[in-house]
This record gives sequence, C-alpha cells and structure tokens, in this order.
Amino acid sequence: MKFSPFRGGVHPDGYKELSAHQAIEKLPLPDRLYVPLRQHAGSEALAIVQPGDFVMKGQLIGRAAKGISAPVHAPTSGKVLKVQPFVAAHPSGMDSNTVIIECDGNDTPIATPTNIDPFSLDGKTLSDTIANAGIVGMGGASFPAAVKLSSASRQVVNTVIINGGECEPYLTADDRLMRERPEQIILGARLIRHIVNAENVCIAIEDNKKEAISALRQASSEYRNIQVIVVPTLYPMGSAKQMIQAVTGKEVPAGGRSSDIGVLMHNVATTYAIAQCLSQNEPLVSRIVTVSGGAIKHPKNIEALVGTPIKQLIDFCGGTLEEPSKLLLGGPMMGQLMPSDEVPLIKGAAGVLALNNNEISQPSASPCIRCGRCVSACPMGLVPLEMANHSRQQDFDGAIGFGLKDCILCGSCAFVCPSHIPLVHYFQYAKGEVAYQKATQQRMDHTRQLSESRRARQEKEAAEKAAAKAAAKAAKEAKAAAKRKKQNAASANQ
Amino acid sequence: MITAIFVLTLMGLILGYLLGLAAKYFHVEADPIIEEISELMPGTHCGQCGFAGCGQAAEAIASGETEVTCCPPGGKQLAETLADKLGITINLDDIANEPLYANINSSECTGCTRCYKVCPTDAIVGANKQIHAVINAACTGCGACKTACPENCIDMLPEPIVLETWHWPKPIAA
Amino acid sequence: MNIITISSPHAHDHSSVSRLMFHVCLALVPCTLYGLYSFGFPAINLFVITIVSGIFWEALCLKMLKKPLNFLNDYSALLTSWLLALTLPPWAPWWIGVGGSFIAIVVTKHIYGGVGQNVFNPAMVARVALLISFPVHMTTWPIAGNDPFAISFLDSLAITLGVSPIPDAYTGATALGAIKTGLSVGATANDLVSDHFVFTDALMGKMSGSLGETSALLIFVGGLWLLSMRVISWHIPVSMLLTMSALTLLFHLIDPTLYSMTSFHLLSGGIMLGAFFIATDPVTSPSSKGGQLFFGAGCGVIDFLIRTWGGFPEGIGFAVLFMNALTPLIDLYFRPRIYGRRIDGSPKQYDTVEPAQEGKQT
Repeated sequence: MKFSPFRGGVHPDGYKELSAHQAIEKLPLPDRLYVPLRQHAGSEALAIVQPGDFVMKGQLIGRAAKGISAPVHAPTSGKVLKVQPFVAAHPSGMDSNTVIIECDGNDTPIATPTNIDPFSLDGKTLSDTIANAGIVGMGGASFPAAVKLSSASRQVVNTVIINGGECEPYLTADDRLMRERPEQIILGARLIRHIVNAENVCIAIEDNKKEAISALRQASSEYRNIQVIVVPTLYPMGSAKQMIQAVTGKEVPAGGRSSDIGVLMHNVATTYAIAQCLSQNEPLVSRIVTVSGGAIKHPKNIEALVGTPIKQLIDFCGGTLEEPSKLLLGGPMMGQLMPSDEVPLIKGAAGVLALNNNEISQPSASPCIRCGRCVSACPMGLVPLEMANHSRQQDFDGAIGFGLKDCILCGSCAFVCPSHIPLVHYFQYAKGEVAYQKATQQRMDHTRQLSESRRARQEKEAAEKAAAKAAAKAAKEAKAAAKRKKQNAASANQ
Repeated sequence: MITAIFVLTLMGLILGYLLGLAAKYFHVEADPIIEEISELMPGTHCGQCGFAGCGQAAEAIASGETEVTCCPPGGKQLAETLADKLGITINLDDIANEPLYANINSSECTGCTRCYKVCPTDAIVGANKQIHAVINAACTGCGACKTACPENCIDMLPEPIVLETWHWPKPIAA
Repeated sequence: MNIITISSPHAHDHSSVSRLMFHVCLALVPCTLYGLYSFGFPAINLFVITIVSGIFWEALCLKMLKKPLNFLNDYSALLTSWLLALTLPPWAPWWIGVGGSFIAIVVTKHIYGGVGQNVFNPAMVARVALLISFPVHMTTWPIAGNDPFAISFLDSLAITLGVSPIPDAYTGATALGAIKTGLSVGATANDLVSDHFVFTDALMGKMSGSLGETSALLIFVGGLWLLSMRVISWHIPVSMLLTMSALTLLFHLIDPTLYSMTSFHLLSGGIMLGAFFIATDPVTSPSSKGGQLFFGAGCGVIDFLIRTWGGFPEGIGFAVLFMNALTPLIDLYFRPRIYGRRIDGSPKQYDTVEPAQEGKQT
C-alpha cells in the first residue's frame, strides 16, 4: 500500500487529460460584465458606483464592509449600467447585488502610482495593498488573503506553504498556471515569505503534475529557502488541513488556525494574484479557470475577467456537445450546481464544468448498510454515517458529537457511499440549522437585553418623574409656607 | 408456612423502610426549573402567552398549567428546548415554522408613535409625525405594535430569505 | 426561481449496495458449487428451497410494508438466504430452509426495520434458532464425498420432504463433533484428530459439515477475491483467524492431549466461512477499523471458548451474534480520532510556536 500522509482520502477519476495540455488562453472582452459584490467569505462589499458612472479597469467599485470582507474592482473600462440583484454563483439560485458594466472595449486601466520595489516595504503596508486589491483565496474558500496574512504576521510563521495540490478532478487551471508562469508564483511566494517574515517556503504539488513540478523547480533553483515538495495524488490533498499534515506532519488544532503551528498556506493562484498586485499594481479582476467536462466540445484553460457570464466561457470552448446534465462552478467534489449559465465567474471559481449523464451518478439513495466506507474515507477522522443519521433526526448536538463542526465538506464520504446517501447535503443542512439556531439565540439575547434596558429606562423615568413631582410639590409647599409666613409676619406687623 | 409468612413480612418491612429512607435521602428540591425556564424565555414580557410577564409564564410552564408552545416570539426553537428540558413530547406542527416580524407599511403610516411606545424592545424608530420603521434585528415578533397601530398598517411577516440567511434544506431522499 | 437542492459531491466511485452484495454472492459460488457437488441432490433441493423462500419472504415483507419491490434488486435477500443455506446441514428437510429464511428475513431483518437496521446477523440468528429448536435435524450430517450422487433425485425428494429418514449409513459426525464426543469419553485430542482429520481432505472439503463450510480452500479463495475487490476489508477476517490460531496454538502447546492443533481448528467447522463471509456483514459489524479488529478478535475468542469448553462442538454462530450485540458499544469506544483533536476530543496543542513578540517586523 502506498504511504498516505493523512488518513482516509479517495482516488476519484482525474479527467485532467481533457484540459491539461491546453495552454492558457485569454478570453476576448465580453460585452457586459456582471460583477457580484459578494465574491468572498464575510460581508458583501458596498457599491460605490452609480448607474451611468464610467469606470476604468481596476477602479474600485465596491468597498470592503466592516469585519471580514474584501473590495471589488472593475475588471475593465466601461459604463455602469445597473447596480441590482442578479443571479449569484451560489447553489441556492438566489440573487446577490451585482454591478453590471457595459464594456467599452478599450480596457483602459486606471492610473496607478509608479512601482516601488515591494521588498523595500514592510509587511503591514504590503498586506494592506493586498487587502485593497481585493485578493481572496482562489482555491475555493474565498477567504480574504490579507486577513490571513495579517493574522499570521501576529504569530511566528516558520513555513509558508504554497498549495499546488489541485486535487479536484477535471481542474487544471493551477497546473497550467504553474507550468506557464512559474516565475510570478515564485515571486509571490517570496513576497508572502517577506510579509510574514517566515524562514522557508514549500511549494507542494501532487505527483501527477510532472511538468509543473519541473517548471517550479527550475524557477526556484536560485532561492535556497524555496523548496518544491512532491506529495502523492490523493483527494482531498488540496484541502489546507490535509496539505499541512502532508507537508509538516502536524495537524492544525481544532478551532485554531494554521499559524498556530507556524504555517501559513496560500493557493498558487492566490500567490500569483499577490505577485501581480505587488509587482504590477493590479487588483484581482481576472483569473484562470478550467472549462471542462464531458459536455464541453473543446475543454480549455481560460484567463477570464471576473464577472464574465459562464455561458461565454463555454461558448469560447466551442459550446456544448449536448445539454449538460449538471453545470458546476468548481470541481466535481466540492463545486456547486449552478442555477443557470448566466451566472458570472467569481474570484474563487477554479472551474466551470458541464458534465454529461455518464459522468454524474445519482441513483436514489438507499438505506445505510453501515459498511463504514465513509469512516475509512474521511480525512478528518469523523463518523459520517452517524453524523448523517443524527442530522436526519434533527439531533444536531448528536451530529456535532460525531464531528459535524470538524467536517470540511470535502465529499469523500459521499463519494464512496455505496448507498448513495447525500451525506454532504445532510452536513450542509445540519451546519445551516446549527448556525440558524445560534443566530436565533443571539437575537433573543439581544432583544432580552433591549427589553431589560427599556424597562430600566422606564423605571428610571418614572422615578425621575416622581422625584420631580415631589420636588415640585415640595417647592410649592415651601412657597406656600413662605407666603403664609410672610402673611403671618405682615399681619403680625399690622 | 409460618416461616414463609414471617420471612416475607420481614422482607417487606425492611425494603419498605429502605424505600422510605431513599425517598428522604434523595429528595430533590422541586423548583430550580422555574429559574432555568425564565432564563430561556425571550424576557420581553410581551404578554402574548396570556401572562403578565415571562416570569409568570415560566412558572406556569414549569407547573404544567400551560403548554411549552405558548410563546410565539420563542417559536419552534424555544418550544423544543423547553420540551427537552421538561422531558415531554410536543407536536411541533402546531407552531409556525418561521418566526414573524413586524413590518410597517410606510405608505400608510401617519407617524402617530403609538407603536413606538408599546414596543418592548425599542425596535421601532421614528419620531412624531414621521414614518416609523422597524429594526428587524431587535424585533421579537410579539405583535404589540400591530395591535396598537390605529392605521392597521403593520404586518407580521416572515424574515425574507436572502443569500446570507439561506441555508441548505434537508435532503429529500430517505 | 430555480431552487437547487443537490449538494456536492457530484462524482461517485460507482459502487452500490447491490454491487457489493452481488460480489459477495459471486465469491460464494466456488464453495457452494463444491458443497452441492459433494452432498448431491438433497443439498441442491435444500439450497434452492432456502433461497426461493428467502426471496419470497423478502417480497412479502416489502409488499406488506408498502416499500418498493425494487429493493429486491439489491441482492440482500439472496445473500442472506444463500449464507443461511450454506450453514445448514446439507440434507435437512425443506421446512428447515423455509423456516430458517423466515427467521432470517422476516424476524431478524424486517421486524427490525429492514436493510441496515438489524442488530444481529440474519443468517446466524436463523441458524442458531434452528439449532436450538431442532437439535436433531440440525446435527444430522451426511458423509461428504462418498459417491455424492448415490442418492437419486427421487430419493432426494423423499429426504427433502422428510418422508423417509436419512439412512444411517449415510450419516456421520463432523470432525469437531467427533472430537468433542471423543474427548468427553477420555480419548486424547491427538488420537482423535489423527482419526477424524486429514489435512488435505479438510482443506479440499472431503468431510462432513454444513453445506458450504466444508472446503476451507474454496472459501479462502472467495474471501481473497472479496478482499482484492475491496468489498470487505482485511480487519475482521485477519483478526478473527489470528486470534483463533494464537489461542489454539497456545493451548495445544500447553496440553496436546486435551487441545487439538491449530490447523484442525482453522480448517474445520464454520470458522473460515464465518471469518470471510459472516462476521464481515457490514450492517452488524463495527464501522471503524479499530472496532473491526476488536470485533474479529472477539469472535475468535468466543468461538474458541465454545469449541473447547462449551456444550456445542461449533460456536461460530453464537460468537458472531454475541459480538453483534456488542457492536454499538464497540462503535462508541472505537471512534477514530478527529483531525486536530486529541482522542478525548479536546483540541490538539503544539508547544513549539510561541506567540510573536512585538517589533518582529523591521
């Protein structure tokens, strides 16, 4: 048996050969872009443009909200048509606020200050620049990169890991990026290392990407503290926790961050975006995306602007061979079903997949036979069958007891389940319910507080009123007494 | 025969005595549950349950005089927690699944401030002769404002589902 | 608006319950064919009756429970009744097969909620219930391999229908039974084993025993195939056989006159069938790997205890049932450790990294 760096994991069919040999192509400017203001974990960015405004490429159109958030920039120059809800790249099929830009075709960039050598600046400045460029994790989680950087730089980071796992089937965007633009990735890696003051950098790549490994080895040969590490091909190698375990042998403590064990991890695409941002002053407005799947005529790796409707990406690949059975954003293991092909490309989407009937399997679920395959497949050491059982009976505390909170939704369990039980769906449901219950509890605590403070205020007001009344009465009486006294005195005088 | 009767009587006496001792020894003070229930209640004293305040309602729930489902602002979640605490089973179908919150129809609002005055959580903002609005996050859905509104322009509506509040439904299968 | 309620993952390894069950059935074919061949027509009758009645009971239950009949396609009823048939005395009368499959399918499986819900292995409950209720019928063993088709089909019908008793000339004790009896009258284990046990015959299956348990070799081959197809994992069979080997070896070394040798124990009775096909039933065995090792070892220990000191010559059924009862408890205690947590569930801690000091950035 092959050595496996973390427990569990699965070996889904790769299908990477569909697009792995296709060089990155640039998508011609579309007519319209639909730039969602929510492309990241945390709160939605706030639009700062109005319909009718003219924007330049790279101009800020949505500023980051309070807390965890990221700004959004215009991917090209053109006129803002509308700022309105538009179908979001989200499995719910709901709308989110979107800036619709009519491209003028000139792609005029906004004037940027002249370049300064980023290595001469300190980490705080650089991570602010990254925050202002709207860079988010491009491996799927879309967590703002600068938040990760600045929280990591408050701790000691020994190792920066650049995640070139790309374990999802079909996806080759990171693979192509590593093959074609290794210098920028190395630059990004060095910049991240500079920002968090780390000792060394590991670029971890799965062993099925030979060309990427040699390209990065070559590009990094002059830097002693940059190491290219080959890890076995095993899903979910690209997941941060699993990759960290594979590279360092340590586990990220539950509820903690990777910086707790001296590690900071960024995806290769994010690293590339960081390099572009710090060396060219470019905010994140485009990404490389794999358009693939059995229903796509000519699968490709495309460099496209954020906000491009995915239909245009598919059309650029020659369209579809047949009506796709499923249209996914992301890979087949963790990507989500898209409500339509009008959905815009977002920063975190590494793939657009149009799968045909042979590639998906969705026979109806049958009862669990407790075979334990999900337990063996789980890279987190959870008991998925019990979690699903408890979730089905709405016993969410029970599900948490079996590890619901530690679940990374990687889908390994559902992938191997012979009963085709939608395990991940149960966990999504249970996680949603738990969050909802927590929110409800918080709301109740909040309103209770409000009500108590209102009562306290009313009591105080009443007391004040009573006091004022008493004071007034006393004053009146005193006045009366004084008058009486005066009268008495007057009468006595008479 | 005599022995048997004697032995059994003796055993009965001894066991009975032991039971009596146990009852005394393991006696549990009855009432901390009322405290715990009041802690769980919304604490807004909205009065929809028919009691003067949440404390009285908690007493009534603890003594079984009223149902655990009596609290509309607490909704399904509170009813479940209470049922769990009291070890009873309830029919959750009787409770509206989603809590309802007050919404002021701004075209009809005259700015009379009556709703504003009755709100137990100060969730309504606005001043005299100005259109009022509800701060959704502070509304408990008690409905006091709806009763107080002379224009009948307050509706109790479920919170609209948006992307942020959407969560996965239960899988249909199995 | 189009609300989509299908979550990731959208890929699957194309396994299915029916495929798993079907593979187990396939793996049973060699030893079954051998058993049918060596015990002749009465065995074939019993085999067919057990399986047909098992599928009938399944269909009846599904119908009564208003479940779709396509559950029949998952081969679970076929497999259960097949395994039951393999553990029955080959020349048992028809009602043993019908009653056994009734106990297995209706009482043990569907009354507990159907596929995946039963606590106990259906085939083993049926076998044990029959053994206790009908000890004579369940311990009448034909002698294997002695001109299997000496009994014509018509005569076999008489045996199957229970019209005429099995002629004494055709019956004999199993090796385990003979040795248990022999030991009780003071013979030594060594002599008894050399009288009743020939290694190659036991390996090939030229001995008396239940329909499908005789050929240890063919069962082993089927088991290996299941392992290679990843239908079963190695944990239960290996720990069960290892435990049995270790215990028998230990006691044989202590006193060879009282305790038979390891090869005899491994090749006779139902231990092979039990280790590869019965204890590995996913529904009634633990789901974690550690739990499976414990489960297998427990089966081995209990089977050894029953064989050596118990009232029955073979106890694999009892052993499996006993461990089935413990399975929920085993699952509770053999949970895997969660990533990033200690075994007790508290977050893991590394003390190598100190919080950053001020002025780190220069």
